Amino acid sequence: MNPQLRRRFASAALIIGFFVAWELLCVAFGIKDIVLPRPSQIVVTLAQRMPAIWPHALQTLYTTLVGFALGILAGVFLGALVGSSKLAYDVAYPLLVGFSSIPKVAVVPIFVLWFGAGTIPAVLTAMILCVFPIVVNVATGLATTEPELEDVMRALKASKFDILSNVGLPRTMPYFFASLKVAVTQAFVGTVIAETVASNRGIGNLMMIASSSFDVPLVFAGLLILAVLGVALYVVFSFIEVRVTGWAHRKDEFAMG
Amino acid sequence: MLAPASSPRAHADAFVELQKVTHTYGRGDKEVRALESTDLRIEKGDFIALVGPSGCGKSTILKLVTGLINASSGVVFVAGREVTAEPVRVGMAFQNPTLLPWLTLRDNVMLPLKIVAPFRQEYRAKRRSEFRDRVDALLAQVGLAGFADKYPWQLSGGMMQRASLCRALVHEPQLLMLDEPFGALDQFTREELWGIMQELWMTRRPTVLLVTHDLKEAAYLANRICVMQARPGRIIQESVVGFARPRTIALSYDPEFVTLTQRLRELIMRPAKETVQ
Ligand SMILES: Nc1ncnc2c1ncn2[C@@H]1O[C@H](COP(=O)(O)OP(=O)(O)OP(=O)(O)O)[C@@H](O)[C@H]1O
Ligand SMILES: [Mg+2]
Repeated sequence: MNPQLRRRFASAALIIGFFVAWELLCVAFGIKDIVLPRPSQIVVTLAQRMPAIWPHALQTLYTTLVGFALGILAGVFLGALVGSSKLAYDVAYPLLVGFSSIPKVAVVPIFVLWFGAGTIPAVLTAMILCVFPIVVNVATGLATTEPELEDVMRALKASKFDILSNVGLPRTMPYFFASLKVAVTQAFVGTVIAETVASNRGIGNLMMIASSSFDVPLVFAGLLILAVLGVALYVVFSFIEVRVTGWAHRKDEFAMG
Repeated sequence: MLAPASSPRAHADAFVELQKVTHTYGRGDKEVRALESTDLRIEKGDFIALVGPSGCGKSTILKLVTGLINASSGVVFVAGREVTAEPVRVGMAFQNPTLLPWLTLRDNVMLPLKIVAPFRQEYRAKRRSEFRDRVDALLAQVGLAGFADKYPWQLSGGMMQRASLCRALVHEPQLLMLDEPFGALDQFTREELWGIMQELWMTRRPTVLLVTHDLKEAAYLANRICVMQARPGRIIQESVVGFARPRTIALSYDPEFVTLTQRLRELIMRPAKETVQ
């Protein structure tokens, strides 16, 4: 068995083992459903109530992706601005770090105040949460471009735009895609938080209502949906990352393809 | 400071000219004076080699002529105009290969065609046909046939250097700046590339400024050799190389050739204090 296959096998075994252990512990200690439902119960609940859960899952996914798309637009724009010169980078970086360390949950009530409860504050929260990793990475990628690579272009009397599009941007791609993986999960967190606080749709809202009526298996079913969606988005963007920026990873398989 | 009577002018038959150029890197106590009041004049279509001890400012001269850095004082003219204003096609091979890691060799070599006029107007139309063939032919000429689709990190240092040489040549520059382009190559490949370089110069007649540590290479390729001294960096001597072209490797065993390289060697090795008048 090659090492990579073995690693995948081990990860899968660990995940399955985790759920089996959970199931066994619940049975062994006679833990009540209302405290911690067994995984099998959660799956059953999920299957039975799928028609009711599904629209909420779609709503959450939709909100996340819209927020994420806006976050990418804003993030690339701001990142390009900040990374455009060494000076801008040095000046703006502390502010950026300051902003990104604010607990962004705190902005949800403000958005609700401005836009009312519903989808809009959720989209905006998703965007706010995912924009910072993108800005920081794009700016860093641009600002740390090797001057030697720019010299190649400058010796050809290339315009600023040519330098940006032929050196700055390609060189920043690995940073950008690495940030997308993180950003998409952040957007997801933002959506769910906003839905929990101020929305009548989405998985966050579903879990909120379920927990206030002590429907614990449904709460966990929501959690499972969130986990699956989160992992799926992460996987999609890491896949894109490897495809687009393979040169930065220098994998042998890329060399073949 | 005294204002000059008239603004500096380029010498009539100089294609590249440095007038009292001084260059200082860094500021304050980190200041490094790389070049001190250097004059250099290169005629159109000439082939000049620049030799000298490590750190004497050879790469600095190339960067000044291509406009990558600005002289601290003095003026650099290219084609009769102050550098960066001139509409001259420049090809430069850097001391490090500096290939773009996200592009294949072919795309790396094709880069100047994408940027430089008049090729850039035709780039979209020809990049899969004429330009592609031209790049592949050039790569084949330096022994890189079949490597066009590889990425730079899949190549050895010498292979990257040869690709970087192709990138400097592909757009048929009028001015060619070569910073130790054959440094990382074995003796045989190097001698083969000297031959190719000479042929290229004889057919297209670009103006070439070649930096090298190999005195044999300088004597084989150049029409004139400028010897530099370090700290402060400046040109201390120029020798005209009169051998008829095309020159061959056999020439390098000629007594006159050997005398020339030996004389250059002594000039470079001599401690700086002896050369100060
Ligand atoms: N970016 C820089 N910042 C500060 N000092 C520099 C810089 N580049 C070069 N120098 C200094 O300027 C001097 C001349 O450098 P240069 O690169 O022109 O030398 P060189 O003649 O090309 O040497 P070599 O043959 O080793 O390539 C050196 O003393 C070096 O330390
Ligand atoms: Mg050098």
